[in-house]
Amino acid sequence: MAVPQAKRDALDARLAGLTLPAGGAWSTTARNDALARLQEMGLPHRRDEYWKYTDPAGFVAPSASAAALFDPQEVPVFSEIDRVRVVFVDGVFDPDESDDLSLAGVEIVRLAEAQRADLHWARELYGVLEARGQDPVQRPLAALNTAYATDGLLIRVTARADKAVSLVYHHKSETSDAILHHCIKVEEGADLTVLEKGPAAARFNKVMEVDVANGGAFHHVRVQGRDHERRAATHIFARVAAEASFKSFTLTMNGVMTRNDAVIELIGDDAVAHVAGACLGDGDFHHDDTVFVTHDAERCESRQVFKKVLRNGAVGVFQGKILVKEGAQKTDGYQISQSLLLDDDSQFLAKPELEIYADDVACSHGSTSGAIDEEGLFYLRSRGIPEGPATDLMVLAFLAEAIDEIENEDIAADIVSRLEQWLSRRRG
Amino acid sequence: MLEIKNLHVKLEEEDKQILKGVDLTVEAGKVHAIMGPNGSGKSTLSYVLSGRDGYEVTEGAATLEGEDILELEPEERAAAGLFLAFQYPIEIPGVGNMTFLRTAVNAQRKARGQEEMSAAEFLKEIRAKAKTLQIDPEMLKRPVNVGFSGGEKKRNEILQMAMLEPKMCILDETDSGLDVDAMKLVSDGVNALRDAGRAFLVITHYQRLLDHIKPDVVHIMADGRIVKSGGPELALQVETEGYGDLLKETV
Repeated sequence: MAVPQAKRDALDARLAGLTLPAGGAWSTTARNDALARLQEMGLPHRRDEYWKYTDPAGFVAPSASAAALFDPQEVPVFSEIDRVRVVFVDGVFDPDESDDLSLAGVEIVRLAEAQRADLHWARELYGVLEARGQDPVQRPLAALNTAYATDGLLIRVTARADKAVSLVYHHKSETSDAILHHCIKVEEGADLTVLEKGPAAARFNKVMEVDVANGGAFHHVRVQGRDHERRAATHIFARVAAEASFKSFTLTMNGVMTRNDAVIELIGDDAVAHVAGACLGDGDFHHDDTVFVTHDAERCESRQVFKKVLRNGAVGVFQGKILVKEGAQKTDGYQISQSLLLDDDSQFLAKPELEIYADDVACSHGSTSGAIDEEGLFYLRSRGIPEGPATDLMVLAFLAEAIDEIENEDIAADIVSRLEQWLSRRRG
Repeated sequence: MLEIKNLHVKLEEEDKQILKGVDLTVEAGKVHAIMGPNGSGKSTLSYVLSGRDGYEVTEGAATLEGEDILELEPEERAAAGLFLAFQYPIEIPGVGNMTFLRTAVNAQRKARGQEEMSAAEFLKEIRAKAKTLQIDPEMLKRPVNVGFSGGEKKRNEILQMAMLEPKMCILDETDSGLDVDAMKLVSDGVNALRDAGRAFLVITHYQRLLDHIKPDVVHIMADGRIVKSGGPELALQVETEGYGDLLKETV
């Protein structure tokens, strides 16, 4: 299908300011292939079905809109968690702030350095899951990322890692435009936690490809930066093999525009994928979770749990799909998306979808929008809890199901404390 | 302790008068019971006193130890020492019972300018009090009232009362939905809290709760007023004769 001229023009304008990073054989091939995919698709437009609720204009514009820097003035999240820190400042690796990239059972290589080396596992992953994820829905921003990513981490895990790998994204330049691409290969029976945090840049395009082999486990906890004006379009592409598990949780507070795509394929029997998100939006805030889970094996379990608290005109979007392929019997699919609207100005747009081609499956989905439960609020107040803190308790209660998806209790407690601080600050 | 004078209350949303001049004085150290047929305004009285939305006071006053409480927010009334044990305790998914109670205890302490209770101190106290009410420690960890049986919910109300140590306790049909054993347990919990500095207002349909929580004064409420007051024998009279004759007498 021919790409409409408007899309072609937008793509040309966007690519004019970019150059394909130099690299060796495998990375050049992968990047050129991605560029070819992108040329065929063009950049996303508001008229595209997949972008109906979120205007991609800010993501596709030739340059990033300025985003003021923001100092949250609080103890950074994950401070108490044992981790190997890898720091990027406006998308540029910072060796001074980063820890030594060594961890038993884990190979960590920077993309910028690895593309000249022949890392077979990276070659088999970089852009591969992204390319698989282009069907049946086009994801041009991810192809753009594969082609033009300036850096990122290539991680291969062969054992149970005793520390988390923590990606820290600082935002120090008001007009920075960052493209990072990470690949994570969890080998059989291996186990890794990846933490991500920070606003990253004025505009951030990030792709993470995660391949979990038989019996492997991957945990992902992300806290997206609080800079009010930052924009982020992120993709996670995951492929989960037999008896393996993939679990991802994202907390988003602030940020004028966020689109988080998760594209997950369960390809081995008894695989598990959980993807969850909690977001708090106040004012000029648009947050979109778009999830596509494909069941392509037997007895797999998937959960999508998304909770959004919105006020002062904030907008939340959820597009979630469960696709159960023929033969994916005994599938257990669950999807819930809910918003708590704290006033009449805020908006939640949800598009839950199930597409099922197997006859012995259990799939459920639900989507609700509601206000604070006044009865509950009165009950708390009648016990002496003032209205503000009582409302906060109700908000935390609303988010609890999403937070419960975080397996590590210390990390979950850290996330809850973030939320409490945000809520009490907003109360003033 | 609690003084209600000529209290008139209507529903906010519609022009319906519910309370039509309630006069009631509950002294410290005493237990007063209010009985009355359905729709007489008993529960409305308890809600208005605790500050629930949806009601409008059109006339009259209510004071707690001399302080006008009708202008206070619900949390301020609680901090002043008022407690309502709900007829239908509210379920709050996602909020742990323990977190809820510790937040409440410390919010009240803060409002009164007292020091907050430490986590360890709180834990020790709640465990002891839960034990006397035969509340499973697991129940303390569960979300507030979620999945609790009727009896467990009512015991949880009494546990909250025991932890918050209010001066004026209002029990709104605490006996409803309780079997005999559960009623005894709840009553024992209430009786353990009786002391010279604390007063109770027990709202009930039935005399049987008053076998366990012995009242000093019994009031009969009908059509938004207290129509008759007397000693415990009044409750027995209701039990044997029903409200019919009693109400006729007062006309």
